Parts: sequence; structure tokens; C-alpha cells
Amino acid sequence: MSVILIFMAGIAVIITWWMAQQRLTSKPWLEVGRAGDVPDGSSSAPATEKIGLYVFLAVVGALFSLLISAYFMRMDTADWWSVPIPNLLWVNTAALAASSVALHWTKAETRENRGEATRVALLAALATAVLFLIGQVLAWRELAAAGYLLTNNPANSFFYMITGLHGLHIIGGLAVLSRTTWKAWNGAEPSGLRLSVELCAIYWHFMLLVWLILFALFAGWANDFIDICRQLLT
Amino acid sequence: MVEIQSGIGTAIPPAETEDMELYHPKSWWTKYVFSQDAKIIAIQYSLTAIAIGLVALVLSWLMRLQLAFPGAFTFIDAERYYQFITMHGMIMVIYLLTALFLGGFGNYLIPLMIGARDMVFPYANMLSYWVYLLAVLVLAASFFAPGGPTGAGWTLYPPQAVLSGTPGGQDWGIILMLSSLILFIIGFTMGGLNYVVTVLQARTRGMTLMRMPLTIWGIFTATVMALLAFPALFVAAVMMLFDRVLGTSFFMPALVEMGTLLPHQGGSPLLFQHLFWFFGHPEVYIVALPAFGIVSDLISTHARKNIFGYRMMVWAIVIIGGLSFIVWAHHMYVSGMNPAFGFFFATTTLIIAVPTAIKVYNWVLTLWRGDIHLTLPMLFALAFIVTFVNGGLTGLFLGNVVVDVPLSDTMFVVAHFHMVMGIAPIMVIFGAIYHWYPKITGRMLNETMGQIHFWITFLGAYAIFFPMHYLGLMGVPRRYHEMGETIFNPPSAHMLNIFITVMALVVGAAQIVFLFNLAWSLRKGKPAGGNPWRATTLEWQTPQTPPVHGNWGKELPVVYRWAYDYSVPGAAEDFIPQNQPAPDRLSRGALA
Repeated sequence: MSVILIFMAGIAVIITWWMAQQRLTSKPWLEVGRAGDVPDGSSSAPATEKIGLYVFLAVVGALFSLLISAYFMRMDTADWWSVPIPNLLWVNTAALAASSVALHWTKAETRENRGEATRVALLAALATAVLFLIGQVLAWRELAAAGYLLTNNPANSFFYMITGLHGLHIIGGLAVLSRTTWKAWNGAEPSGLRLSVELCAIYWHFMLLVWLILFALFAGWANDFIDICRQLLT
Repeated sequence: MVEIQSGIGTAIPPAETEDMELYHPKSWWTKYVFSQDAKIIAIQYSLTAIAIGLVALVLSWLMRLQLAFPGAFTFIDAERYYQFITMHGMIMVIYLLTALFLGGFGNYLIPLMIGARDMVFPYANMLSYWVYLLAVLVLAASFFAPGGPTGAGWTLYPPQAVLSGTPGGQDWGIILMLSSLILFIIGFTMGGLNYVVTVLQARTRGMTLMRMPLTIWGIFTATVMALLAFPALFVAAVMMLFDRVLGTSFFMPALVEMGTLLPHQGGSPLLFQHLFWFFGHPEVYIVALPAFGIVSDLISTHARKNIFGYRMMVWAIVIIGGLSFIVWAHHMYVSGMNPAFGFFFATTTLIIAVPTAIKVYNWVLTLWRGDIHLTLPMLFALAFIVTFVNGGLTGLFLGNVVVDVPLSDTMFVVAHFHMVMGIAPIMVIFGAIYHWYPKITGRMLNETMGQIHFWITFLGAYAIFFPMHYLGLMGVPRRYHEMGETIFNPPSAHMLNIFITVMALVVGAAQIVFLFNLAWSLRKGKPAGGNPWRATTLEWQTPQTPPVHGNWGKELPVVYRWAYDYSVPGAAEDFIPQNQPAPDRLSRGALA
């Protein structure tokens, strides 16, 4: 359970940092009148949708931390043989990274109000993300054809389950990204798409980060990293 | 009173009406059924939760009948008995308490108490209710599925939960249960995002965090915890569903069942316990923190006195929320864990007693020399303190490893958690319904029926669960369909069981009075007016009662003070609403 505890500690640090700015030591019973930091909805405040997305990402982060925790705990048993990593996963990783870069590019284009470039960039992001999903399914088929079936070994079960859940999250993101792309191609101004594009970009960067951690986990580098940490501690 | 910025002579301009962003229902369907108004969603959540809760109540009757009169009711065989305890536990903890506190009270009170027009994501909020309803229907469907609902116990421990010896294990029961939990979590996440972000982003002018009523602090903190804890249950449910349906071995060790070797091997049942309790312990506080918050407001309002130690109350809520994530393994003392871990988890568990005790002292000190009105909400609040202290103290017993081991799996544990997270939060729910019903409907609940309901429920619930501790100390195990002949089990234990069952039937029946009162007062109740309890918080200051769509009319309220200005020396009345400006500004007529 150490992974989820580390994640929770990170969340706790963020919450503590945020609360430290909220005048929690004030004495509200003495303060009548307009006291201090009134949330006034001015333009400098972060958008509500963005805060909502960050909170959601914390939930998604907890979900994957728990899956990784479970992975490490189950790994300690004797019947564990790691899954060989298909080379295709490297291509998929590149596709997802390209998708993330494309969204970053889109974000820049919406800021500059360039409609044509925004549309192209969005389409590129969408296409590479779909490529990633297709690649993941092909990787599954490759593994299954090589005899690494879901029930053969807990490592296989975890691989299929975790990549599946990650894929579902990408599909969820694709629904939003498709809507944004659709709007862009049907004449929406880039300035009106700014928030949607930014939200998609944040979500995509996060899912890329999750994927990189998962990839390291499946490839076994995460174990090496933990071994190094252990050696440093002892 | 120190006044901050008293030199400013003009009143603060209220925020603009955000009419553009408010969704407007166009038909009866979108107004009352597929509504995006948090108040309607709150009522939908509450009614659904109470409806499925009544099913769980009837199940508890059936269990008690079997325990008191074994063999008298032939349709309650061992399998059915296990199905009843499982569904009773799961429904009460998740589908009733969690849904009612967060989906019900959270939805109704958050926008009103912080001065918002609605939740920030109304569409997701609506979706949240419909997914919750689907989860409830899937759960209820398992009663009609072949093999009936699962009988694995509410903790659903593998491997027994998916074996053929357990009711529903190889039928539909466990599949429907796990699917329902997954749906519930998806639905809750949509609602929970709303509750958190609304508190963060939609507070009206002047509503600093430290001016929020403790109800909102409790619901807010509990929602943050729920968002982080429910994924653990989600992961556990998905993995067990894989084990059951697809034949993986996450939790399932190699097993021989009825002479056949099952396809599973090497799985870790302990892994499930870790995941389950990583959710399960915070869940206790997900239910308790909103209750703590609500009860603080009830006591302050009905004792006409400011809450004692507001800051400590806030800090205690947050600290309890944080600590509850590092105590989960105290539910697993008998799982053969390393004694060093047991020591660690016992220590963290006992540390939680400190902020909790601070809260109890502060409630009692709020009552001290207060102008206590023994209204129905106050009676229920007092009942909460008594039952919660009782349940909390037995928690200290069970938190210690050496005391827990002999008491594990006895009726003592059943008595403990029913006291602390069954009766105590339900007392608060009743108190809160008596308190806010006038705002929701515009009419008071009937006082006489309320008194009958309170005294039977409170004394009766005590009569059910207090003696149960003694059964536990004698060693009477929980989850036994029938005791049979046992040396340690004297005849008096059986008499006590009969007494408990009779009380359970009486208390259950008393809820009919409550339900009748809810329906009867809707039409025949005394008109309540806008602020019958003379309370300070914003929900009582709405221009209309019940509040209409958008809550506040043209202008949002502006908050000038904290939520607990009761019996302020020198004030004209014994309460000052949160949106009333400081006196010198009043005299200058800036309010007008």
C-alpha cells in the first residue's frame, strides 16, 4: 500500500498548502464586516471547470495509485512471471506523446486566434490518440497470440486490466476532444475554444504521465527504481 | 466586537445576477424529473435513499426474528439469513447513509448555505442522481435474480464471496452487487466533484472559509475523503469482478471445492482486505463528519449560543479526515499481520480519539449555560451525543489489539459500530430533517408525532444495542444463523436476544409514525414562515420559502459575519443573520 500512501501524502501536502492560505487561524467571531479574501469571481481566478478537472485528476490519480499498489502486493507471490513488453508499446507511447504535444500546440494556436492551425492541430491530436488506442488493442492481440492470456498469470491479468482502465480513460477524454474538434470544424472561434482545449491538454498530459508510469511498471524499471531506493535507505 | 474595515461607509455591492449561466427548465419533466436544480436532486436522492433504507430495515427485522425465535420462521434458512445481513449492511452504509448525507443534505444545503444559486456543474449533478438510482435498481434486482442476492457479508471477503457455498457466489448475486458498487462510485464521483468545487468556487461575497457553517465544513471534508477513498472500493470491485467472471486470480488462492480444483491459484485474499478497508475506514468518517457538522449547527441554533471553539471544530474535522486514511488495518488485527503493524495502527486509531473528544467537549460546552430549547432537532442532537460517546468509547476497546482479538467477530463489534455509525448518524439525520423540513416544504413537522417518534426511537435503539455489548462480552458470535447448544451461552443470553428483537420491531414500527408525519405535514403542517428557528445561516434568509430556482432572487446575499451570532450582547434580537451588516453601517442606512 506504499504507493497509494505516497500519493495520499502528496495530496495532503497540496491540501495543507492550500489551507495555509485560507486564514484558518482567524477569529471569525471577532470579525464583523467585510473580512479579507472575498471570492469575487474576478477574471484572475482560475476557471471553475479547471478546478473541477484538477479535483477529478486527483480521483483518477488515486485510482491508478491503488492499482499500482495492488500490483506490487500481488507481485510478491511465487506464481508471478512478468509480461514481455511488445515493441509496439514504444510506438503507442510515441503516439500518445505526439497527441499530448499536438494539444499543447493547439493551446498555443487558440491563444494566437489562428483558426486554421487550431483545426489542424486538434485533428492531429485526435488522430494520434486514436492511433494510440488502436495500437493498444494490437498489442493485446499480439500478447494473446503469443499465449499470454488474461488468466494464465496474475501479471497478465494486471496488464490487461490496467491498460484497459487507462484506455477507458482515454476514450472518455476522446469524447470531449471530439466535441471540441467538431465545434472547431463547424466554425467556432478559436477564442471560444480556449478553455476546452486547455482542459483537454491538461487531461492529456496527465494521462500521458500515468501511461509513462504504467509503462515503467510493466517493463520492470519501476522495480529497479524501488531497489535503488531501498539500497539508499539501508 | 472588533470591526474590520468599519471606515468604509458604503455597503458592499452584491455579485451580479448570473442569469445567463443559470439553467432554466422548460417543461414539467425537466423541472421535476430530469431536473438540474440541486434542491430537486437533493429530494430525489433523499427519497431514493430512504426507500431502499426501508428495505434494509425490514431485513433487520427478519434477522432479529430468526435470532430470537430460531426455527419459528422456516423461510429464514441459513442462506437467506446471510443474504439479509449482507444486504442490510451494504444498503445502510452506502446506499442510505452516504447517499443521504452527501447526495441529500449536501445537494440541498451547500448552495443555500454558502449563498450560491446552484451547484457549479448542474448537468453532472443530475447525472449523478440517475446513475445512483441505477445502482440502487441493480442492487434491488439481485433480490429477484436466480440464487438471490449475495450472502457474503457486507465486507464481501474473498474467496468465500465468489464460491458456490456462499449464496449468490456462483449465481448473479455477487456480480450484481459489485456492478452496483461500481455504478454507485461513478455516480458519486460526479456528485462529489460538484460538492467540492461548489464550496471552493461558488461562495458568495464575504463567505470566507472560516465563516462557513460547520455543516458545510463537515460535508466538504467528507466529500474530499470520499473522492479519494471510493477508488479503493472501485479497484477492489473491478478486480473481484474479474476473478468471478473472467477467472483471474487477483484475490483467489488455489482452492478445492466439492472435490474439484478451481482454476484460480496464488491470489491474495489479504490484498482485498487492504483495498476494502482503505475505503472502509474513511467511509466511517464520510458518514460521521457531515453528522458532526450538522449536529454542531443544530446545537448552536437550538441552544441560542455560539458554537464553542469554532476554529477547533474546523481543525478537528480536517485532522480526523486526514488521520482516517492511516488507520484502516485496525479492521484486520486478526488477519495475522506483523505485530509491529498492529502497534502502529492501534496508535493511530487511538490518536483519532483526541480530535473527536475535542468535538464532544465543544458540543457539551456549547450547551453549557445555553438557552436550551428542547425542540425535536435539539432532542435528536442530544441523543446523538449520548450514542456517539457510547460508540466512541467501545471504539477505544476495539482499537487496542489485545482487547480486540477476543472480541473480534462477536456481538460486541456489532453493538459498537451500530452505536457509532448506525444510530448516531441516523439521530442526526432525523434531527436535520426536523430542522430543515420547514425550509424544504414551508411547513413544520407535527410536534406530537415527532415526540412519539423521538422517544421510541432513541430509547428503543439504546435498548437494542446497549445489551448487545453484553452478548458480545459473553462471546456470542456475530453472523451466526443459529446458536444451538453452546456451553458459554447461558439461557439468559437467549432471553436478551428476544428482548432485543422485540425492541427492534418496536423501533422499526415507530418509523411509520415518522413517515406518516412527513406526508401529513406536507399539507396539514403548521405554516413555518421563512425562519422558524430564528437561525443565522443563509438558507433561512432566502426571499421565498421553499426557495425557488436560483435561490436568491435578483441579488446574491453578502456575508458580513460568521454563522454563530446567537445571543450577542447588546443586539436587538438573540440572533444576527450572516447577511446583516455591522451596526454602524445599518444606522447610516447603507443597507437600504
